[in-house]
Amino acid sequence: MACGAVVGGRSLEGVDVTKEAIIQGQVTRSGEPVGNAYVRLLDSTGEFTAEVPTDDAGQFRFFAGNGRWTLRTLAPRAEVVDRTVAAQVGAVAEVAISV
Amino acid sequence: MSREATLVTADWVEQNLDNDQVVLVEVDEDTTAYDKGHIQGAIKLDWTTDLQDQVRRDFVSKEQFEALLSQRGVGNDHTVVLYGGNNNWFAAYAYWYFKLYGHQDVKLLDGGRKKWELDSRELTTDLPDRAPTQYVAQQQDRSIRAFRDEVVAAIGSQNLVDVRSPDEYAGRLLAPAHLPQEQAQRAGHIPTAASVPWSKAANDDGTFKSDDELKEIYSEAGVDWGKDTIAYCRIGERSSHTWFVLKELLGQQNVKNYDGSWTEYGSLVGVPVVLGDEPGEA
Repeated sequence: MACGAVVGGRSLEGVDVTKEAIIQGQVTRSGEPVGNAYVRLLDSTGEFTAEVPTDDAGQFRFFAGNGRWTLRTLAPRAEVVDRTVAAQVGAVAEVAISV
Repeated sequence: MSREATLVTADWVEQNLDNDQVVLVEVDEDTTAYDKGHIQGAIKLDWTTDLQDQVRRDFVSKEQFEALLSQRGVGNDHTVVLYGGNNNWFAAYAYWYFKLYGHQDVKLLDGGRKKWELDSRELTTDLPDRAPTQYVAQQQDRSIRAFRDEVVAAIGSQNLVDVRSPDEYAGRLLAPAHLPQEQAQRAGHIPTAASVPWSKAANDDGTFKSDDELKEIYSEAGVDWGKDTIAYCRIGERSSHTWFVLKELLGQQNVKNYDGSWTEYGSLVGVPVVLGDEPGEA
């Protein structure tokens, strides 16, 4: 695996990773990507910060800041899934979410 | 205005898919979302190309807006129903934009594209075929659009509502967290602005909260209902969502959207800026 490559994550080509606190990952159902889910980023107080739809590969990405965050995933015909994650500038936090 | 006059449900849209008087319009931050699937009959407006002047930072002119809607087959007497992703951010922006140019009958699909998708309702890639119209726009209604000098003058005298996330308000982030951190020269907020993230007005599925809940949220944040209000965010789209809540759902008079928002204000020379979680002094 090449340096900087990330299993399951989106390509980071063109992103200056040293300046960003990246949180990214993939939403799956029974191992298959869920391309029409919504992932919400909540801050340490539970306040909404951002939301993205997943792409066809079930993938999502946020540019956050240092600290603890919660990812809340909404998908059709699924319960809401909350996952906590720590982000840090210069690092990529990978999160696998199954609904 | 009122909820009944300005919002429609997903059920209402399904029942009106074949109603010739209704034009569905999708407007997304991700301008490719429509191409992957949209509600049957919906046309697309691209906020980056259709609704922005391509040289200077401003909206398209009245004549360009007329040409756009005429070409897309939107008539003056049509009921325009807007929807989009991101909890209707850009649909609310387009709603405000249609109002700016005087369209009479505009509505938002409550919950937008997200609610539609989470309900597993049908999307299509078929493109609609609409006959051109002769659309006539009005001069811009400046009573709903704020410019930078008004915003500076409003510090300490009007309600300023900053609808960005708490971290953007405090200056810890410069942009929404799904976008690379760039844009304004300085981080922070306008002195005296109340922090009421747009998201407080919406449920998780993107629908708007009840009028009573909404009134409480803005009252608690210090909005004085007896004063005029200017809402802002980073580029004016999330603040359109809040403008819609205050003006169209709650019926507040004299609410303006500052479309220059933080990307303009945070790059102005010499204006006051506050860092941190408190509103600060005038």
